[in-house]
Amino acid sequence: MLDSSFPGGGATAACMGHVVVMDDSPSMLELTSYSRQLWEGLTKELPANCEDEMFGTLWLAEDESEMVEAQKKKSLYENAGVECQLLSGSEVERLEPHLKPGLAGGLRVPGDRVVYPTNCVHYLLRDIEVRQNSKVESVSANEVTLLTGEVFKAKNIIVAAGVASQHLLDLPIVPKKGHLVITDRYPGFASHQLIELGYIKKAHGESSSSCAFNIQPRSTGQMIIGSSREFCGLDKTVNKKLLSDMLNRANYFMPGLSKLKALRVWTGFRPASKDGLPFIGYLSDRKVYVCTGHEGLGITTSLASAKIIAAQIMGEESEIDSSPYNPDRSFSHAN
Amino acid sequence: MLIKIDNQTYTVKEGSTVAAALMSCGLQKIRSSINGQARLPFCGMGICYECRANINGVSYERSCMVLCSEGMEINTL
Repeated sequence: MLDSSFPGGGATAACMGHVVVMDDSPSMLELTSYSRQLWEGLTKELPANCEDEMFGTLWLAEDESEMVEAQKKKSLYENAGVECQLLSGSEVERLEPHLKPGLAGGLRVPGDRVVYPTNCVHYLLRDIEVRQNSKVESVSANEVTLLTGEVFKAKNIIVAAGVASQHLLDLPIVPKKGHLVITDRYPGFASHQLIELGYIKKAHGESSSSCAFNIQPRSTGQMIIGSSREFCGLDKTVNKKLLSDMLNRANYFMPGLSKLKALRVWTGFRPASKDGLPFIGYLSDRKVYVCTGHEGLGITTSLASAKIIAAQIMGEESEIDSSPYNPDRSFSHAN
Repeated sequence: MLIKIDNQTYTVKEGSTVAAALMSCGLQKIRSSINGQARLPFCGMGICYECRANINGVSYERSCMVLCSEGMEINTL
């Protein structure tokens, strides 16, 4: 394995590590729920530093119209065999007393998890030979050339380079920048990953920037606060206006939040495709396998993506239909 | 002046930092590391964050950067 810096150091290090079933589209629902099952299967063997916890997700409905959304989400999840419960406002208040009172209710998805992504990567790579600081200049069928001129040959090549896959393979991937804040330890301030139901609308809107409430408890008692989305190339600078909007949104849902001490703020880039689906599989034009474009769901869908590519290389059927993620579609879109 | 540490009253010298007060009152631990190890003030100048305590209801204050005041309530973490 060749990595431009070190494994788990890019988007993996910047992200939250929320393993979550999403219903943006039937294909994403299938991919995320299959992949979450694979994470469940790993839970017994993951070392403690992977901080794997089944905190569950609680989707929050502010008003009755969002409760209708929660109800729709519930039917979609149940049809996909994903356990969930619709909660009233008072049930939400009882489970999460630091939320503002008066929410209409929510949808609880108890099987969603939180992990420490970088440590998971190190665990999963334990038997793999890794070359760090290996910046790739170009990729062609059976050959990878580094900036140093060094050439590696292999029967099968998988490009899983996040936003960098864009220039390596001319794939239509756009970086969507996000901000996160981590606090000192406040065990019990939130006990589920809490997300406003308006998140999906905001996350996939066309506007140049947006933020939505999303807070995650860590096994250390720390809280990670998100989320923001912004199209601004690969500029890592903290956008203070957007950061303040994001924290105000969080403080609106959890009025005690502004009293917590933040330790650090950082940014990262989600590799986003145009149709909201990742590119997983063989790219026939370039004769390599690709695995990128997972946007904000790269950790959730990582294990399923790996299974799909492994099955293709071995000439076997994957457990779910992989045609929606076929990377060849990117070229038909361009025409 | 009188202050309270974990609900016990102590007399401390005016002008003491909270960290100095905690040390002079003989505490063996003022917070736990993530692995449960005992922690006490170290650098005394606001850099190392080892001396964090709850002061007047605010968690994770650096006790070496705060002066004691009459009736102050300090809780170890």
